[in-house]
Amino acid sequence: MANPLEQFEITTVVPIRIAGIDASLTNAGVFMLIATAAVTVFMVAAVRPRSGSEVPGRWQAMAELAYEFVAGMVRENVGQEGRRFFPFIFSLFMFILFGNLIGLIPYSFTFTSHIIVTFAMAITVFIGVTLVGVFRHGLRFLGFFVPKGVPVVMYPLLVPIEILSYLSRPVSLSIRLFANMMAGHTMMKVFAGFVVPLGILGGWAPLAVDVALSGFELLVAFLQAYVFTVLTCLYLNDAIHLH
Amino acid sequence: MELEAAKMIGAGLAVIGLGGVGAGIGNIFSSLIGSIARNPASRSQVFGLSMLGFALVEAVALYALLISFLILFT
Repeated sequence: MANPLEQFEITTVVPIRIAGIDASLTNAGVFMLIATAAVTVFMVAAVRPRSGSEVPGRWQAMAELAYEFVAGMVRENVGQEGRRFFPFIFSLFMFILFGNLIGLIPYSFTFTSHIIVTFAMAITVFIGVTLVGVFRHGLRFLGFFVPKGVPVVMYPLLVPIEILSYLSRPVSLSIRLFANMMAGHTMMKVFAGFVVPLGILGGWAPLAVDVALSGFELLVAFLQAYVFTVLTCLYLNDAIHLH
Repeated sequence: MELEAAKMIGAGLAVIGLGGVGAGIGNIFSSLIGSIARNPASRSQVFGLSMLGFALVEAVALYALLISFLILFT
C-alpha cells in the first residue's frame, strides 16, 4: 500500500536559486498560481459585458453570491469600519477556498495542507490586525489585555493569560486549516489504499466510503475557508473596537 | 525496538482526546436539533453558528491527530 502521506510531498518544478537561497517553483507554488489565476478568471470574467443580453448570467450570479457572502460576513462581524478591509478579507477567502477546492481534484496538490502556507497567511493576518489596533488606539490597545470586571488583584494572573491567548491566535488559526486539510486527504488516501487489497468482493466498501468522504471534504473545504475568514473578521473586530 | 513500541503506544494515547471531541460534536448537534425543533424559524441563523462550532470542535480532534503523527513520524 502506498504511503498515505506521499501526496503531501513537495517537488521542485522549476529550480531557481537567488543568492544561495532555494527559491524554486515547487508544485505548491504552481497550484498557488493556478488558484490565483482561477480566482481572477472567476471574478473578472463574471462581470464582463455580455453581448446581446442585459440580464446578468449565472456566472455573474455566482460571483455576486461569493461577494455578498463575504461582504455580509464583514458587515456582521466588524461593522462599518470593516469595509476598508473587505478587499483583503475577500482575497483571503477566495484564495483559501480555491486552494481547498482545487486540492480535491485527483492528482492535484493541496497547498493549504502545508503548515508553512497557512502559517504565513495566519501570521500576516495577526501582524496586520495588531498594527491596525496599535495605529487606531495607540497605547490604549494594551487595555485589550486587561479583562473587564475583574478585581485588580487578579491582574498579575489574568493579563499573562490574555497575552498568551492572543499570541496563540496565529498558531491555532493556521493549525486548524492545515490539520483539517491534511487529515481529510490522508483519510481519503487510507481508504483508497484498502480498495485494491480487498479485491472485487470487499473493495467496494472502502470505495463507497471514499465517495462519501469526497462529499464531506467538499463541505470541510468550504467550511475551513469560512472559519479562517470569520476568525480573521473577529480578530479585526477585536482590534478595531477593543472588546 | 522499545522506542518504536513506545512511539506506537504514545501515538495511540494521543488520540484519546477524540472522546471529548465526540462528546462535543454530539452536544453541538443535539443543541442544534433541540433549538430548531423549538423554533423552526431560527434554522437559517442557528445552522451557520452550529457549523462554525462544529468546525472549531473538529479542529481539536485534528490537533490530537497532529500530535499523534508528530510522535509517529519524527
